[in-house]
Amino acid sequence: MSDRDLHTEPHSFWTKYVWSQDHKVIAIQYSLTAIAIGLVALVLSNLMRLQLGFPGAFDFIDPGRYYQYVTMHGMIMVVYLLTALFLGGFGNYLIPLMVGARDMVFPFLNMLSYWMYLLAVLVLVASFFVPGGPTGAGWTLYPPQAILPGTPGTEWGIVLMLVSLVIFIVAATMGGLNYVTTVLQARTRGMTLLRMPLSVWGIFVASILALFAFPALFVSGVMMLCDKLLGTSFFMPAIVSMGQPLAHGGGSPVLFQHLFWFFGHPEVYIVALPAFGIISDLISTHARKNIFGYRMMVWAIVAIGGLSFVVWAHHMYVSGMNPYFGYFFATTTLIIAVPTAIKVYNWTLTLWRGDIHLRVPMLFAIGFISTFVIGGLTGLFLGNVSVDIPLSDTYFVVAHFHMVMGVSPILAIFGGLYHWYPKITGRLLDERLGKLHFWVTFLGTYAIYMPMHYLGFLGMPRRYYAYEGYEFIPASAQDLNAFITVAALVVGVTQLVFLFNLAWSVRHGRPAGANPWGATTLEWQTPHTPPRHGNWGATMPEVHRWAYDYSVPGAARDFIPQNVPQEAGAGGEGPVWGGQV
Amino acid sequence: MSLLAALAVKPWLPQPPDPGRAAPRAPAAAVGLRVLLGVIAMLFALFAIALLVRARLPDWQALPWPATLWLNTGLLAASSVALQFASGSARHGRERGLRGALAAAAALALGFLAGQGWVWAQFVAAGHFVASHPAASFFYLLTGLHGLHLAGGLVALGWAAAGLAREGPGERSARRVALCATYWHFLFAVWLVLFALLASSPGTLVALGSAVGMHSH
Repeated sequence: MSDRDLHTEPHSFWTKYVWSQDHKVIAIQYSLTAIAIGLVALVLSNLMRLQLGFPGAFDFIDPGRYYQYVTMHGMIMVVYLLTALFLGGFGNYLIPLMVGARDMVFPFLNMLSYWMYLLAVLVLVASFFVPGGPTGAGWTLYPPQAILPGTPGTEWGIVLMLVSLVIFIVAATMGGLNYVTTVLQARTRGMTLLRMPLSVWGIFVASILALFAFPALFVSGVMMLCDKLLGTSFFMPAIVSMGQPLAHGGGSPVLFQHLFWFFGHPEVYIVALPAFGIISDLISTHARKNIFGYRMMVWAIVAIGGLSFVVWAHHMYVSGMNPYFGYFFATTTLIIAVPTAIKVYNWTLTLWRGDIHLRVPMLFAIGFISTFVIGGLTGLFLGNVSVDIPLSDTYFVVAHFHMVMGVSPILAIFGGLYHWYPKITGRLLDERLGKLHFWVTFLGTYAIYMPMHYLGFLGMPRRYYAYEGYEFIPASAQDLNAFITVAALVVGVTQLVFLFNLAWSVRHGRPAGANPWGATTLEWQTPHTPPRHGNWGATMPEVHRWAYDYSVPGAARDFIPQNVPQEAGAGGEGPVWGGQV
Repeated sequence: MSLLAALAVKPWLPQPPDPGRAAPRAPAAAVGLRVLLGVIAMLFALFAIALLVRARLPDWQALPWPATLWLNTGLLAASSVALQFASGSARHGRERGLRGALAAAAALALGFLAGQGWVWAQFVAAGHFVASHPAASFFYLLTGLHGLHLAGGLVALGWAAAGLAREGPGERSARRVALCATYWHFLFAVWLVLFALLASSPGTLVALGSAVGMHSH
C-alpha cells in the first residue's frame, strides 16, 4: 500500500462495501459468501440423509441426483466453504490486525481475489441449472468415469466444476501471495516471528501449503478439461463405453489420482492448521493461561506442513499401486501423527489448572479437542494398509473424515466466529443462543458419526444409493440409518439459530467494548472497535512481548497486551517462568 | 536472522528492543514476486512429472522438432538480456537506454509468442493435432500455458512502462523494471526445461523418469 492512501478512508457505499480494498471488508465478503454456499452443501447432506434414512420416501431423490448431492456436498464443504472461510475469511481479518499492519501488502490483489472467488462460486452454482445438472462423479472426480456417459453431469456439470476449480485456484493464489507476504514483510515494530499468535502461524503455514498444493489440482483439472473437451488422452485409457470404443487411448487414470491427492492431502492441513491456531488462541485466552509449549506448537505447525506433502498416497491404498509404496506412505502417515499429538497434549496441558471460563468460544474449542482426537485416532487405523483395505469402502471412512476434517474445523470456525464477532461488529453474540447452538451441534455430531463407525465395521459400503439385498448387512442397520438421519436434520436446522444470532446481534447484541475477553493480542488493542480503515489511527502499535502473557505473577491484571512495554508489565521482570529455561 | 535462529527464540523471555529491525526489509513486491515464482515453478514441475509418467506408457511417440523452436528460444533469450540491460539502465538513471531496451524486450517477447504460434500452425499443417498423440497434447498445453505466463508478464511490463512515462525514471521505475527482469529470466529458465523435456526422445524420458524413482508396471 502506498503511503498516500493510508489514511484516506473510502466514502461512497460502492468503494466502502463493494469494491473495497480494506482487508476487513474483504474478510466479511469472503465469510458471508462461504457461509451462503456452505448452507447449500448442508442442505445437500440432509437430502442424502433423507434417502439413506428413509429409502424411497422422497421420489425426487433418484440415484443420479443422489450422486450429484454427494459430489457437490463434498467439494463445496472442503474447498468453497472451509478453505475460503479459513484463509479468505479469518486470514484476511486476522493477519493484518494480529501482526500490526494497516492492511494486506497488496490490497488491490486482495480485492481481486475475492471477486475471483465469487466468480468461482457462481460458476459452480450455475452447474445446478445446466442440462444434465452438476457432476455426480464424487468429489474426487476420478477419471475415466467423471467424463463418461453414465455418470450424472458429464455434459456440462463436470466442465463447470473444473472451470470453477481453476478460477478458485487463481483466487486462492492471489490471496495466498498476500497472506504470506504480509506476514513476512508487514509486521509492526517488535513483532518477531515467534511473537506472532498461533492463529497467524496456522494461517501462514496453511497459506504456504495452499500456494504449493493447489497447482496439483490445477494441473489435474486442466488436463482433465483437455481430455473432456479436446479429446486428448492424458488420463483416459482405451475404453469401451455403451458398446462403442472411444477415441481415447493410452492415458493413466492413476496419474490423476496421484495429482489429485498430492493436492488433496495438504488440503486437509490447509483446513486443519488454521483451526489448530485458532483453537490454541481460544484455549489460552479463555483459560487465562499461557499456551503450553508455544515453540513446540510453532514447530509442530511447520513440521505438519512439511510432512503433509509426503503422505498423499495413503488415500490410494486400494488403487492397485506398488505395495512398497503403501509401506512408505503408512510410515509417513504415522510420523505426522507425532506433531499432531503434541498439539493435542499441549492444549490439554494449557487447560490443566487454568482459570477456565466456559464461554461459548471456549465450549467450541474444547469440543474441537474431543472430535479431533476421535477423528485423529481412527486416522491412525486407516493409515495402516492392512486395516485400511477392508475398511476403505465403508462408512468407517465417512465417519473418520467427517470427524477429523468436517466437524472439527467447523467447530473451530464457530469458536472463532463467537470469539472475534465482538471485534468485527462491536457487539457480542447472544450467549444463550450460542450455548444452545453449541450443545445441539456438538452432541448431534456424535449422534451422527459414532454410529457410522459401527456401520463401517458391519461392512456397510459407502457411496451407495440403496442397501437392499445385501445379506451381510443386518436389517437393524436401517434403524441406525434412520436415527442418524434424524440427528442430521436436527443439527442442520439448529444452524438456523446460529444464522439468526449472527444477524440479530449486529444491532441488538450486548455492546462488547474494545476487549471483552481480556485478550493480549493486537487486534483487541485497536483504537476503535470495529477497527477503522487503516486499523491503528495515527500511530502504529509497537510490540514488546509475546502473545500469551496471561496470569503473569505479580501483574495487576490477568493479562498483559502485547503492546505494553516490559517495564510497565509484571514489575519490570518479565514472567517468572521464563527465567528458568 | 536465519530462519532456524528465528524459530529458536524464547519469546516468553524479555527480548532486546526491536530485534527484528537490524536490516531494512526488502520491498513487499520483491518478496511477493519470489513467492509467485515458487508457485509457478511448482505448477510446471507438476506438469513435468505428469509428462514423465505419461511418457512411460506405450503409446508415446516423439515430436518432430522444427528449427523455428531454436529461433524462438533465441528470441526469448534476447528479450531477457534486453530487459536485464533495461534494469541496469534504470538503476543508473540512463533514460534513453532504458526506453530503447524496454521496447526491444517487449518486441522480442512478442516475436517469441508469434514464433510459438507459427510452430502451432506448422504442427497443425503436419497433422499433429492436440489429440493426435500425448506428446502433441503436452506440447500444445505446455507452450500455451508458458505463453500465457509471458503474456501476463507483458501486461506487467506495459504497466512498468506506463509508470516510467508518468513519473520519469527513478527508484520506483527501476524497481518495477527489475521485477519484470526477474520474471523474464525465470520464464526463460522454465522454457529451457520445457524445451528439453518436449524435445527429448522417448528413451531419454523413460530414463529421466527412472532416475526420479518411477517404476513401470
